[in-house]
Amino acid sequence: MTHDSHQLHDSTFPDWIPLLLLVVVAVLYLLAYYSILNEKGGWQRWRVICFTVGLVLLGIALLPSLMRWAHQDLVGHMVQHLLLGMYGPLFLVLGAPVMLALKALPVNLARTITAILRSRAFFMLSHPVTALLLNMGGMYLLYLTPLYVKSLTNSFLHYLIHFHFLAAGFLFTWSMIGQEPVAKRPAFGIRVFVLFISMAAHAFLSKFMYAYLYPLNAPHSADQIREAAKLMYYWGDLSELLLAIVLFASWYRKRSIAKIPAPSA
Amino acid sequence: MNQQVAPHTKRRSMQAAALVGVGVMAAVDEIIFHQILAWHHFYDRSTTEVGLMTDGLLHAAELIAVVAGFFMLLDLRRQDALVTGRAWAWFFLGLGSFQLFDGIVDHKVLRLHQIRYVENLLPYDISWNAAGLLLLLIGLYLWRKAKLNEMTNTGI
Repeated sequence: MTHDSHQLHDSTFPDWIPLLLLVVVAVLYLLAYYSILNEKGGWQRWRVICFTVGLVLLGIALLPSLMRWAHQDLVGHMVQHLLLGMYGPLFLVLGAPVMLALKALPVNLARTITAILRSRAFFMLSHPVTALLLNMGGMYLLYLTPLYVKSLTNSFLHYLIHFHFLAAGFLFTWSMIGQEPVAKRPAFGIRVFVLFISMAAHAFLSKFMYAYLYPLNAPHSADQIREAAKLMYYWGDLSELLLAIVLFASWYRKRSIAKIPAPSA
Repeated sequence: MNQQVAPHTKRRSMQAAALVGVGVMAAVDEIIFHQILAWHHFYDRSTTEVGLMTDGLLHAAELIAVVAGFFMLLDLRRQDALVTGRAWAWFFLGLGSFQLFDGIVDHKVLRLHQIRYVENLLPYDISWNAAGLLLLLIGLYLWRKAKLNEMTNTGI
């Protein structure tokens, strides 16, 4: 029964819908970029490059052939998880799409977005602690409970989990290094502490999976689970190291802005 | 050069360099012993769950330490406030204390993994910890030298 659902698709049109959506997002971003190119301030080109890289990483994760590999092999699943939940979001957040939208959209719409960004609800949702719980909590639930095995046969759950990886990964990354204007941003120390907990929780989860062969009852060999857990450990580490570098680089930049205008005499 | 070094820039120079030292030693351990020599194991069966958890916390602390220390050093240098002698001293103290900590707490107390999976582990343990001690001594020597230099500089 379960085996049939693995093999039935040769890629059909619906498989390509996520990729089409990515193309639409890319076109919108580029349109916004060109519309404000000649305005004062403009838009940094490196952000365009980062955003494009982020979309390409998501595109790779959502290719029908990778989807099929990920469905059968936990290593494939882990590659997808890393791209959707960690590397993709890192580059997308560096592309600052909401800030670009604020600049390019008509004033009324931009005001609405700013109001949302400054609202109490958004502050709570985008707080590093909330984002950590959604992001890491999701991973713990997926791999340590029967959820993973269920997702193999339930395609709705399967897509929901992919969406969650991306959304929670984006939220978490944004809570660390987002540039959009908000009413108040949690202190730098809080963000560093939450990143520390996140790194530790990720390292622990992957070694725990390696040691006790989680997800349990999955149709994967022990070797495959160990290989996937190792991939999760090392590549997850690298992405969080990159995130830490961006976070501290922004601290370094802000200190220079804070210091230079102060007269030294 | 720095005739009147404020105490807090001395302290910050030492803190930043120690963080980098700890992180660099952890990276050396990971790259040489885990990846290149493959003496250490990713996980060995004797590791407990508490061991895994402390391993995760330590690992995260090392990563943050090296990044935080690096940017703190850059910031001090930009302000012309980096006390180089003290920074080198504490870089070595960071290296040494991580090596000793790893050798005693990680390998022996928590038993996360061993240096190498051989019959007679003792020579490995001794050289590991002796290397840590040597790095600590170099750090202490450099620290003393830095302090003496500062005294002669300001004494002129």
